[in-house]
Amino acid sequence: MTCERTFATARRILRQLRHDRRSIGLIMAVPCVFLGLLAWIFQDRPAVIDGFGPLGLALFPALVMFLVTSVTTLRERTSGTLERLMTTPIGKGDFLFGYALAFALVAALQAIVLTAWAHWVCGMDVAGSLAGLGGVAVLDAVLGCSLGLTASSLARTEFQAVQMMPVILVPQLLLCGLVTPRGNMPTVLERVSDVLPLSYAVEATSDIASGAPWSQAWPDMALTAAFTVVVLGLGVLTLRRRTA
Amino acid sequence: MTSAESRAGVPSGAPPEAPPEAPPAVTIRGLRVVRGRRLVIPELDLDIPRGAVVGLLGPSGGGKTTLLRAIVGVQIVAAGEVTVLGLPAGRPELRRRVGYMTQTPSVYGDLTVAENLEYFAAIAGADARRVAEVVEQVDLADHARDRVVNLSGGQRSRVSLAVALLPRPDLLVLDEPTVGLDPILRQSLWGLFRQLAAGGATLLISSHVMDEATRCDRLLLLSQGRVLADATPAQLLERTGAANVEDAFLALETGLGDAR
Repeated sequence: MTCERTFATARRILRQLRHDRRSIGLIMAVPCVFLGLLAWIFQDRPAVIDGFGPLGLALFPALVMFLVTSVTTLRERTSGTLERLMTTPIGKGDFLFGYALAFALVAALQAIVLTAWAHWVCGMDVAGSLAGLGGVAVLDAVLGCSLGLTASSLARTEFQAVQMMPVILVPQLLLCGLVTPRGNMPTVLERVSDVLPLSYAVEATSDIASGAPWSQAWPDMALTAAFTVVVLGLGVLTLRRRTA
Repeated sequence: MTSAESRAGVPSGAPPEAPPEAPPAVTIRGLRVVRGRRLVIPELDLDIPRGAVVGLLGPSGGGKTTLLRAIVGVQIVAAGEVTVLGLPAGRPELRRRVGYMTQTPSVYGDLTVAENLEYFAAIAGADARRVAEVVEQVDLADHARDRVVNLSGGQRSRVSLAVALLPRPDLLVLDEPTVGLDPILRQSLWGLFRQLAAGGATLLISSHVMDEATRCDRLLLLSQGRVLADATPAQLLERTGAANVEDAFLALETGLGDAR
């Protein structure tokens, strides 16, 4: 793995996106539409958007980026470009971290747009720092990227790759504290949720939204970032140069 | 067409057999490949001489692509040894020395020709001059700024070929590089292949266009994962008494059927 090849890969992916303006538009707009709908449904109860808005900020970008990365890498597989790359000196890490880097930039842009939209258009008010919330949204979106990349590299076939989406995301969504606080769940499930990255992504968001001190928020943010790196590392280990 | 091309015959400058002292570019012993539940290659032994243009022919589903994938080191093999340029296939050192062109043009459709080549050049460690060179070699200089998705099928496959050429490979593995090309372009690409072989490179080219066979130094006929013939075009015709490679192939294929 070299910096040069990682950056070349990130640049290539961004160039592909630049040629595809509609996709960029969708990546930016889709989370805004979700959040906008939520605000609209509960327009008479502003407390709802104040409560759920931050969670939307944590989850929608992560979901969108998961889908985008797993589909793009899937496309790389079906078009044969991944097979070709695997015969070149590119490292598996160059490939995955190149993707993570490119999509992290897109995710950052997406998080800024969504946070601004939530506050100024949907009227979301939080006790904590809006910038901090945006920062966590970036972390969560990058986590979504790394989960999508690893899901795609775990799969040996396109069919498996598509099925990874519900397999990896749905249990995390159910257990991350969105349905009910993690402390209220049966002990076994709470322990399971302790090792799922999305739990910390959601926790960090709640910390900041509720105006909790930084000392409480930063360990969750650090854990989210650490999970991102670990998940990408897993992706590097499971990506195969040889396929059946 | 056939008469014109058989007239070209084996180019005079090329050695019909590799010099005995040169180790083969590719050596395969006891290769066995299973894909899904299908035994694609039961047991295959093969030597590909250095500096030769070797044509890999055979019906589709006969194992051509699987064999090429095993040589470039992206195929999971069940058994056997594949040695490429003296090293086990798939070794990192080989990734700079082997160029691979897959059957479907494996380049990024949403990028321009130049952007594709710039990316693969960065990966292969080739410079901008080399990019310009390969674009010239595959005759795409006029389309460098076009997005690949807007090119014709033949142009796309030439972009893919250009990528394979970038690292100046010692072994060039091409899976059906001339599909969808008009006779003039095919002529010019075969000229390029001969030129590369004259420079010392080994080329392994799969095709199911039999009339291209006479342009090769050696022919490998592969059917049902078995080598039906491994000979020069002249030897093949002599052995089978056929008038052209296509008939020779049919004769051998029927022979195989009788044997079982």
